[in-house]
Amino acid sequence: MIRIDSVTKRYPDGTVAVDRLSLDIPDRSITVLVGPSGCGKTTTLRMINRMVEPSEGTILLDGVDSRQQPVNTLRRSMGYVIQNAGLFQHRTILDNIATVPRMLGWGKEKSRARARELMERVGLDGALAKRYPYQLSGGQQQRVGVARALAADPPVLLMDEPFSAVDPVVRKGLQDELLRIQEELGKTIVFVTHDIDEAVKLGTMVAVMRTGGKLAQFAPPAELLSHPADAFVEDFLGADRGIRRLSFFPSAGLELLASPIVAVDATAEQIAAAGAAGAPYLLVTDADGKPLGWSEPRELTAGEIKTDRLLSYGRPFVTGADSLRAALDCAVLSPTGWAVAVDAEGRAAGVVSQQVIGEAIRGAHAERRADAEPGADGGEIQKVAP
Amino acid sequence: MNVLNFINSFFSDNAHWQGYDGIPTRVGEHIEYTLMALGIAAAVGLPIGLVTGHTGRGGNALALIATSARALPSFGLMVLMFILLGLGMAPVMIPLVVLAVPPILVTTYEAMRSVDPAPVDAARGMGMAETAVLFRVELPVALPLILSGLRSAAIQIVSTATIAAYVSFGGLGRYIIDGLYQRNYEKVVGGATLVAAMALATLGLFWALGRLAVSPGVRRRH
Ligand SMILES: Nc1ncnc2c1ncn2[C@@H]1O[C@H](COP(=O)(O)OP(=O)(O)OP(=O)(O)O)[C@@H](O)[C@H]1O
Ligand SMILES: [Mg+2]
Repeated sequence: MIRIDSVTKRYPDGTVAVDRLSLDIPDRSITVLVGPSGCGKTTTLRMINRMVEPSEGTILLDGVDSRQQPVNTLRRSMGYVIQNAGLFQHRTILDNIATVPRMLGWGKEKSRARARELMERVGLDGALAKRYPYQLSGGQQQRVGVARALAADPPVLLMDEPFSAVDPVVRKGLQDELLRIQEELGKTIVFVTHDIDEAVKLGTMVAVMRTGGKLAQFAPPAELLSHPADAFVEDFLGADRGIRRLSFFPSAGLELLASPIVAVDATAEQIAAAGAAGAPYLLVTDADGKPLGWSEPRELTAGEIKTDRLLSYGRPFVTGADSLRAALDCAVLSPTGWAVAVDAEGRAAGVVSQQVIGEAIRGAHAERRADAEPGADGGEIQKVAP
Repeated sequence: MNVLNFINSFFSDNAHWQGYDGIPTRVGEHIEYTLMALGIAAAVGLPIGLVTGHTGRGGNALALIATSARALPSFGLMVLMFILLGLGMAPVMIPLVVLAVPPILVTTYEAMRSVDPAPVDAARGMGMAETAVLFRVELPVALPLILSGLRSAAIQIVSTATIAAYVSFGGLGRYIIDGLYQRNYEKVVGGATLVAAMALATLGLFWALGRLAVSPGVRRRH
């Protein structure tokens, strides 16, 4: 465990960047430092690998003062990823990734073999190995930065806004990739961002810092969203904190209706039966059960359903895997106000109205309130994909 | 008579290709002076430029020294050294070195300062030793600029090394000075042509050096 114990950093010009900060960073999980610009996130991160020396207080690694070992030994045991990756432009991608193994004396061949392995792990095409950094996109460079940090298999990974310079689509890909890699490798990751969405998505624990280098709240993301410690944190979380919180409620409990679903080759009786259930719209699926679109029951005639006249069903959510937030989003986007649930294969599993989703949300909140006190409940919440 | 005729007759005269005053000998001497002066200037300018550029300290002092050194007239300095030190190689080398150190020193410093700080930060963050940061991270990226400083120093030395002839040394200056003295303009033009050719050859040499020594990842960036 990394224990930051009452650490203060005062720069030579008198700026107090971090003020008596104490933080216990748990092993094998992602701890996110988040806060407004200039609040001391980078300073805190860099004190962990002693790129910045604390003015007061200590940082303990598994109970041992980090100043006990030579500084370069300490740094070689921690991967370090920075914004824009900071790749060595005179070295090929492969040699960039092999840097730390080479430094540790692994030998050229072994280091390169390891670098190839890592390229695959972070989702880089092996054909890029011989290229130079300037020949890569920003997102690819960032992947190389992550691979380089992981090359010597350090137990700790320090990441300073690693994904902030790429566009939102690429960023989402990199975030998903990081979560996947973390699932496989179980590193102790300290991740700095100023993006609260990124913090909530990636963090097992989130430390919100306020200007002046003080800790405002340290909690799992679900608890942060449900119980912000004060007005500053609440403000920082933004206006749609309630919606975001729904990411932590699974959609599995939603009561899905299967009756308003008809196949495109349905008989007149089947259409009549579906319509009789009282739903204002019926969902038409193809012969495989994959959703095609919505239609009013009276506009459907057996044998001559025109699929191009159907209303779009928007985007479906995957029942069980997706959260209530995804389900609500689908319902809001659907022209009929009903969300379509699909199974893992993409076949329609049922439909659900906004009203039912709303009831489920109220129910989930009530359940959560009935749970233990804040601080105890967060850890048990299973994060589901937003 | 035009210049081309001078050049033609100078180079077609067989006598100019032999003996202690022959073209091969004089070119050899000139190369020798140039290499010696460039070697000394690089030995002074490169380490200081690399270290000050790496640490970022001493930049102002450097600029001051470089500017004052540039203000010294090479010929005057040589005469002064000749008076002070007597006949010898030193009075020739000192002005050439004084001429060559500023471009080497200042461009090396600037080259090191202009290296992107992000990879340097990343290198330190991954536990790279400070000398390795200098030689394996900064230097390879700064190399094209450093080479351009060495190149302009080399060209200046090539053209200025002609002054060695004034204090009875050899080199291509011999043709120019003797030619002027003897009113043999063919010799003067021939010598000047050889100096120009050597300057061009120097350019070519540095171009080739750049191709060899600079990583494609750095070279192709521009
Ligand atoms: N080397 C330094 N000397 C003096 N002050 C510094 C130095 N580095 C940072 N600071 C100051 O310390 C404070 C915290 O800086 P830090 O870089 O840790 O913030 P940050 O939270 O990472 O901000 P950002 O989100 O903008 O990256 C700021 O007020 C900054 O101006
Ligand atoms: Mg920062």
